[in-house]
Amino acid sequence: MIQTMVLLVDDEADFVETMSKRLTKRGLGVLTAYSGQEALEKVDRDGASKVDVVILDVKMPGMDGLETLAALKQKHPLIEVIMLTGHATVESAIEGMKRGAFDYLMKPCNLDILVGKVDQACRKKRLHEAKILQARAEMIALRRGD
Amino acid sequence: VADRNQKLYRVLTRNMVLLVVGVALAPLILTGIVLLSQFQEAYRAKVIDHLAELVQKHSQNIDGFLTDRLANIRVVARSYSVEMLADGQFLRRNLALLREENGGVFVDLGLIDSQGIQQAYAGPFNLAGVNYAEANWFRKARQGEHFISDVFTGLRGTPHFIVAVRQSAEGRDWILRATIDFEAFNALVENISIGQTGFAFILNHLGEFQTKPRYQVTPDRSPNLDFFKSHLKPDRVAVTEKTDQTGRKLILAEAPLKGGEWILCYQQESDDAFAQLHHARRVTLAILLIGGLLIVVVAFVLSRRMVNRIAEANKQKAIMNDKVVEAGRLASIGELAAGIAHEINNPVAIMVEEAGWIGDLLADEDPTSEENLAELKRAVNQIQTQGTRCKEITHKLLSFARKTDPDIHEVSLSEVVEDVIDLLKQKTRYANVEIKADLDPDMPPVAASPSELQQVLLNLINNAVDAIDASGGKVTVTTREDNGEAVFEVADTGQGIPEAILPRIFDPFFTTKPVGQGTGLGLSICHGIIHKLGGAISVRSEVGQGTAFTVRLPVVNRSTEGGS
Repeated sequence: MIQTMVLLVDDEADFVETMSKRLTKRGLGVLTAYSGQEALEKVDRDGASKVDVVILDVKMPGMDGLETLAALKQKHPLIEVIMLTGHATVESAIEGMKRGAFDYLMKPCNLDILVGKVDQACRKKRLHEAKILQARAEMIALRRGD
Repeated sequence: VADRNQKLYRVLTRNMVLLVVGVALAPLILTGIVLLSQFQEAYRAKVIDHLAELVQKHSQNIDGFLTDRLANIRVVARSYSVEMLADGQFLRRNLALLREENGGVFVDLGLIDSQGIQQAYAGPFNLAGVNYAEANWFRKARQGEHFISDVFTGLRGTPHFIVAVRQSAEGRDWILRATIDFEAFNALVENISIGQTGFAFILNHLGEFQTKPRYQVTPDRSPNLDFFKSHLKPDRVAVTEKTDQTGRKLILAEAPLKGGEWILCYQQESDDAFAQLHHARRVTLAILLIGGLLIVVVAFVLSRRMVNRIAEANKQKAIMNDKVVEAGRLASIGELAAGIAHEINNPVAIMVEEAGWIGDLLADEDPTSEENLAELKRAVNQIQTQGTRCKEITHKLLSFARKTDPDIHEVSLSEVVEDVIDLLKQKTRYANVEIKADLDPDMPPVAASPSELQQVLLNLINNAVDAIDASGGKVTVTTREDNGEAVFEVADTGQGIPEAILPRIFDPFFTTKPVGQGTGLGLSICHGIIHKLGGAISVRSEVGQGTAFTVRLPVVNRSTEGGS
């Protein structure tokens, strides 16, 4: 199976570093970004195929989690997003779910649960991609059948 | 402040007392004066009319008496011839008849010839043959038909007066004269008396008494004699008021008698004549005085009670104000706590991750490899660092929550500003707000409660940050000394306050935030605190440009500070 690629976005550098080490140790491919803007740039550069799941902190200076989510989903609808939130921003997480986030987790979170969610999200994305490929293939077959 | 209030309450009490007393007493006094003066006038008129009538009646009475006595003698003189009258026996019988008919007013009867020799005499004195040629009354009697003399002592040595009638017979004049009993005449006048000091007497135009005054009369008769000069009209009574030499006020009623030769004088002391009036006046004054006194006492008591109530209400209000300020402070803390919970959550998340990482490393096949050991050491350090961060955050919050000290100290404004900005750093970072402090380090201290000042700044900066939308902006806090005042200004580049609501922003419970997000107390509390400290807060705002709140506080006077 192809390695799941995760983009970890949070303004706390220490958090991002440690988390990325732990995720790496669990066999995930980890990219990091320290702001919403940087995350968008990285996804744009590497393309949707490179990033499967984005783990996104809700509360960030500059572009916050919700804005980043909206921009991301607009350009790359297939990429799944898991929101990380503190207690005070549960409402934001719910808002995020409405805007198409895959799930949300309260910070600090259990890493095993997070990895489980990442796997689910990745499977969903892969499934979508497969369906799209299949649909395209059928379209081509239909055209040929004309 | 308590002293100022005491003075204020005293002034308030005084004003209320004056107002109530004025409003209540003015009509009372006015009514009293008007009624009293009206009554006085009416009563005076009544007394004077009464006197005038009395004197008039008596003057007619006396005139009638004199006319009647004259008529008696005329009847005798004309009824009988001179020869008959010259008979002593006949004269005596006539005298007896006259005395019988007239109650003994006639004392004696005499017939006098043209030389003044009394030809015949009937009476108690031995006056037959007396020569009256030089007597004043005789000369006067010869000039007219008849004559009534003034009172005089004459030969007999007792006061009397004479009624004389002239008759002509056979070319010779005869005079029939009668003496009127002084006591009988006097009784006519003596009976005229009202009150305790009223009495009457008769004067001739020389000021000589024609009757015996009941009381001692001042020797100066000039006030009475004035009457002859001015009021000498028949059937007219003149009532005048005069003050005599001893200072007594007298009321005089005078009427002409005997065709203007005499006057009937009635004299009474004013105080006596108007005794009832004076009594009424005393009663009215007493009522006014007691009523006025009652009004003053009631006004004073009521005002005192009212002002005490006001003072009590003010005290309650001050307590309520303190409670509102405290409530506002707690609301600020609640708001702050929400932000700080997230702030704490970040280091906690890092610590949890580091701990998890340590667990991961320990689960490794070779946890003691050099590489892993270094990683473990770093993770432990990181946990320590983040723990310290947590501690700092909680201390900051606690330091704000704990300082509920409302006592006034000397406070450095710039230090308080720094503290508050520090507290809000995280909030401003997430709100994309750059917070800039432009602080004057040489500011003199202000006298304030640090926690209250903190609250003012927290509210103002919080509002400034809230006014800035997600696209970000800048909040500038400046402190400076200006004209002996400490000034601080919180300016933002936010949405600004519409002019329509600008006058209401300091009202309690006025808020533009959605329900549940703002208490509407922040600026109201700021306003209250600043005013309590003797300062002023002002705002200028432009929609789309931003808002600036300026607070001016009096600085601590260093010279007085040195003494204490």
